[in-house]
Amino acid sequence: MATIQEIQAQIIEDFSFLPEWDEKYAYLIELGGKMAPLPQEYRSDENIVRGCQSLVWLHRECCNGDVTFQSESDSLIVKGLAALLMRIFSGQPADEVLKADLTFFQEIGLNQHLSSQRANGLMAMIEEIKAFAAQCITETQ
Amino acid sequence: MKFDINKIRSDFPILKSSVNGKPLVYLDNAATTQKPQSVIDTVTEYYTTYNSNIHRGTHHLSNLATEAHEAARKTVQHYINAGHEHEIIFTRGTTEAINLVAFSFGEAFVKPGDDVIVTTMDHHSNFVPWQMMCERRRANFHVVPFDEHGDLRLDVYENLLSEKTRIVAFNHVSNSLGTVNPAQDMIRMAHAVGAAVLVDAAQSVQHADHDVRELDADFYAFSGHKIYGPTGIGVLYGKTQWLDAMPPYQGGGEMIDQVTIEKTTYGKLPFKFEAGTPNIVGPIGLAAAIDYLNGLAFNDILAHEDDVFNYGRDRLLEIDGMRIYGNAKRRASILAFNIEGIHHYDLGTLLDTHGIAVRTGHHCTQPIMTAFHIEGTVRASLALYNTREEIDALVAAIRKVLKMLGK
Repeated sequence: MATIQEIQAQIIEDFSFLPEWDEKYAYLIELGGKMAPLPQEYRSDENIVRGCQSLVWLHRECCNGDVTFQSESDSLIVKGLAALLMRIFSGQPADEVLKADLTFFQEIGLNQHLSSQRANGLMAMIEEIKAFAAQCITETQ
Repeated sequence: MKFDINKIRSDFPILKSSVNGKPLVYLDNAATTQKPQSVIDTVTEYYTTYNSNIHRGTHHLSNLATEAHEAARKTVQHYINAGHEHEIIFTRGTTEAINLVAFSFGEAFVKPGDDVIVTTMDHHSNFVPWQMMCERRRANFHVVPFDEHGDLRLDVYENLLSEKTRIVAFNHVSNSLGTVNPAQDMIRMAHAVGAAVLVDAAQSVQHADHDVRELDADFYAFSGHKIYGPTGIGVLYGKTQWLDAMPPYQGGGEMIDQVTIEKTTYGKLPFKFEAGTPNIVGPIGLAAAIDYLNGLAFNDILAHEDDVFNYGRDRLLEIDGMRIYGNAKRRASILAFNIEGIHHYDLGTLLDTHGIAVRTGHHCTQPIMTAFHIEGTVRASLALYNTREEIDALVAAIRKVLKMLGK
């Protein structure tokens, strides 16, 4: 499996072909649309990552030191952003997730979605992913 | 003076800017308004030529700054037609003004078992401080609902009012629905049972009647930045009889008369409520904004805003699946909407790529969203410089977004 850094580099390259904002968002929405729907049983209250404006669900699993995630959002754009996070983090070793530095949002010009935690819960989602990775490391030891 | 929209737009330098390569269409005026050049120049001139601390300096600059700061109090007094200059208290904004009253009025006049009334359509700023006060004073917190059109249920309000009601607080214009509430009637009804009234004028001081004596408001609060002035400055108007009887909100410099180890006596109004070095330039900039408005005829501003508002409502309703929230008898400046099947965050984000600035979310009025069973809306809010052409740009951009989303 590709490393977190390799996947980030790939995402940056994918977006480099999309100079216009509407193209970037159209691609993001397409990515969200391709993400497997989150099974109903995982759309529970405890899986909700609450942002100010959109609902995000995050299902987490820890297995042999690797973390896997599945996600869903009521906003197409946030769902697309979540799809990028899933691509980067899901299936990775927990310790790699914990120390990962997310540079790609800045590179592809979507860092405005990270700038305010109140905006869409994306920042909260990254924090929860990291917290779960830390928990997975503890459980595995 | 004739209302010349082109001249007015040229007074606001930011309106010439581009966003994402598109001309800026700024429709987020309920959040904050843009500033005319005269306000920007006034603030710059203060820092460039007479910045100094006020009220106690013996030197030239301090006198200049004090004079300008206090002249601004007079400008505000005249704009809202307050009876006395000392009834104008400068705060950080509407929120601080309301918190001040909720605290100090609560301390002085609210006993356990008393009633406090707000409305479901109030901004959290005019909701939470009263909840907090009711908890502290063990008073009862009552909320007047609104009907399906967005008009307050005045029948419910009338039933809630009693001799136990100490204070009523409501927004004159709703920031989420645009409803213009019948402030004068509501105040008269409250006064009939001996209750005081605070009017949250954050969205009305620039879009509706703002004569505090005609309204007979006991307290009236607004923010400078929503009336074309700087951020960080707000106004609390209060009738002398109430302000005199209320304890200070904060202690510190500027607000004292005598301080000894045994006891401190407080200064006179308005300084009793202005502890510490104030925002010195804020009122000066706010006065420049009011001077700017005074250079126009207020009725012309309202007529222009009404025209753009009505045009905007009609144009938006041409879009399939459009739902506009709030259809009250009198409305001002706010068009809050959703389009069926589209998340408000997606629509707001994609409109930004077309240079259109709107607000999305619950607009700090979660009880309203709960009443409509929604998470949020897209809100286009107007100011005196908006035009029909900008509404056309909004509608065209919405259509492009819908196409992109396959709708």
